[in-house]
Amino acid sequence: MSRIGVFVCHCGENISATVNCEKVAKVTGELKGVEFSTDYKYMCSDPGQTLLKEAIKEHKLDGVVVAACSPRMHEPTFRKACAEAGLNPFLCEMSNIREHCSWVHPKDDLTTEKAQDLVRVMVEKVKKNKALNSIKVPVTKTALVIGGGIAGIQAALDIANCGHKVIMVERLPSIGGHMSQLSETFPTLDCSQCILTPRMVEVAQHPNITLHTYSEVESVDGFIGNFTVKIRKKSKSLDEHLCTGCGLCTTKCPQKKIPNEFERGLGMRPAIYVPFPQAVPNKPVIDREHCTYYIKGKCKVCEIVCPTKAIRFDQEDEVIDVAVGAIVMATGFDVLKTDYFPEYGYGKYADVIDGLAFERLASASGPTQGEIRRPSDGQIPKKIVFVACAGSRDPAKGIEYCSKICCMYTAKHAMLYKHKVHDGIPYVFYMDIRAGGKNYEEFVRRTIVDDETQYIRGRVSTIYEKNGKLIVKGADTLMGAQPVEIEADMVVLATAGVANHGAEELAQTVHISYDPYKFFAEAHPKLKPVETNTAGIFLAGACQAPKDIPESVAAASGAAVKVAALFSNDELTRDPLVAVVNRSAPPVYSQCVGCFLCQSVCPYQAIEREEIKNRNGEVIKTLARVNEGLCQGCGTCVALCRTKAIDIHGYSNQQVYTEIMALLND
Amino acid sequence: MQEFEPKIVAFVCNWCTYAGADLTGTSRIKYSANVKIIRFPCTGRIDFMILMKAFENGADGIIVSGCHPNDCHYSTGNFHARRRWIVFRNLLNFTGIDTERIQFSWVSAAEGFKWADVVNNTTKKIREIGPYENYNKIAVSTLFKEEGATNE
Repeated sequence: MSRIGVFVCHCGENISATVNCEKVAKVTGELKGVEFSTDYKYMCSDPGQTLLKEAIKEHKLDGVVVAACSPRMHEPTFRKACAEAGLNPFLCEMSNIREHCSWVHPKDDLTTEKAQDLVRVMVEKVKKNKALNSIKVPVTKTALVIGGGIAGIQAALDIANCGHKVIMVERLPSIGGHMSQLSETFPTLDCSQCILTPRMVEVAQHPNITLHTYSEVESVDGFIGNFTVKIRKKSKSLDEHLCTGCGLCTTKCPQKKIPNEFERGLGMRPAIYVPFPQAVPNKPVIDREHCTYYIKGKCKVCEIVCPTKAIRFDQEDEVIDVAVGAIVMATGFDVLKTDYFPEYGYGKYADVIDGLAFERLASASGPTQGEIRRPSDGQIPKKIVFVACAGSRDPAKGIEYCSKICCMYTAKHAMLYKHKVHDGIPYVFYMDIRAGGKNYEEFVRRTIVDDETQYIRGRVSTIYEKNGKLIVKGADTLMGAQPVEIEADMVVLATAGVANHGAEELAQTVHISYDPYKFFAEAHPKLKPVETNTAGIFLAGACQAPKDIPESVAAASGAAVKVAALFSNDELTRDPLVAVVNRSAPPVYSQCVGCFLCQSVCPYQAIEREEIKNRNGEVIKTLARVNEGLCQGCGTCVALCRTKAIDIHGYSNQQVYTEIMALLND
Repeated sequence: MQEFEPKIVAFVCNWCTYAGADLTGTSRIKYSANVKIIRFPCTGRIDFMILMKAFENGADGIIVSGCHPNDCHYSTGNFHARRRWIVFRNLLNFTGIDTERIQFSWVSAAEGFKWADVVNNTTKKIREIGPYENYNKIAVSTLFKEEGATNE
């Protein structure tokens, strides 16, 4: 006979507002095998947990059901409390009567009845639970950082400075990310490159960091503490050890008319190129798509001029395997593509550019050496219209969220323009000015007051060209939606920040979840902002949602601490909710027939073959056996097993059938 | 007359739909109380005997839901679930089990609204079809049917 304890939580009023908690405790207290039942205002609080522990000892409970919030929230809390009271933690289950009941149903008898049903299910299940011991697995104390922008750089340096090895993978030929493209940063007007490039160099020189640029993650296997990652190092057509980075090849390359991605197409680059002068590593790669040799089969000018003979036309991609214990995702963001704005003529008129292109124009190392000049004719624009919320907060463009950084960088752009072109007039069309942040509001005020920027509240409806001017039509909603028409020389769109291209595929490769906008999802929006739902994988920076530089850096340091905490142990304890092949004695009579269907479906290669031998050493039967260290407990093998020889702790056939029967028969 | 209140069991995976249903709660989106959730690690774990057990015990409808294809926490579990459904649906139809009563869906951890829709639509549909009284008849007749009899 079981001695189960039922503990019903009110969660303040979150549960008790719609569920009659006293009644739930009373009714479920009368179930067979329930020794003790009670309700309490906050079960997770210190007194609540004490109540639970005392009851376990006093009533000698051999099973506990806590009816409260989602087990995804507090299961570890209550299992820990049980363990402290001397009860095996895996004899504790939770009924989710908050997220799945009180919050989604009105206050009536049906809701209370549903809560009773949910508790009854768990009471019956917990009767079938087994005492289990946690599994210990070793930790590989090397971290993988995917992405070499400011977030990745910060995370890598923090982890490396804790004394752990870091492997950084960057898709482009140089680390630096979007921050390296920026001119000056708000609200201090620090030169972006001046504060970033020392860190880039530090990454390259750090003894604990191995840098793989022009590389991509191809696959991730394994689990927390023990990931195996395949990295494809794309061919740079170059022997990096021989190359000194002299740059002679880039000046001699005859193919010079390729739009430079780093300059947002405002400048040109050759086929063998270094993305920007401060690149790390400062060694060129050959863009095989545009290289004359790869297209026509002849040229090889770079090979001829190279003083160290470092060019390798026949170099192939290299795929390497690395073992890591934790992964930090720092893949950043992208800006919305041009084809979303036909009404603004983006992509059609050369002088309608996006904010990132304006950063390049304003940058001292940019295509105009920092002078604001129109891309079409090189003239200095006398009137610039900045359009905030180009895409953001616009369900018609499929982006309902606020991109967060645009208000600030638009104010910065207007300020920089005014500083460089004193007689110019900047206009800003905005919806709201969102300047939450230290010294942010003051910065926007300066743009408006000191730099005389004309802020107009309203959306721009259309932009078209007339007599060499861009006619911007909009409305001023603070003047009763009065139509506004501005003859501008240039238009800058603050296009929405969106998930980086390939984010969805990468999330699927590393097995983490993502939101409908393809930004990576955190484990909890408030309390686990840098963790993902996959243990051992953390988030840093704008791959999670649009973030500015200080936020990205803070998140990266947060992720780094999580990695360091993980690496502070030599062994990890893991929930033992894994599959098990039932054995009987003697093993030759085991239910398993050795068909190994389980082996073919296991995503973790956790099924091993075990040979049963007779006393002469002859194999008489081969059985499946689960490697507990590898098994992650998905249970696919259980569903597939023909003889039901394989089962899974925590979700065993017996437990599941009991749950169904308890649920449907009251 | 009292309205028919269908009993619907939802078998969901821990990583996507269970979390999605949590989000429905966190967002305070209301849905019908007829559906009760049983948690599994993965849709790959949900074999068809579990569905049959639910019908046998008086369920009027079943929801099976997990991660979208390619999003499985365990890489491939939901593909096995999908394949199993395709294979078993024909068998279930053949044996006369009403497959209209089984709702398959993909609900991710970010789709709180979708979960409420799935629950409400399924409840509405089962309410229209009515209680499932035939299952046990079918089960008995299939087991004890005389030789040569055809299935209707």
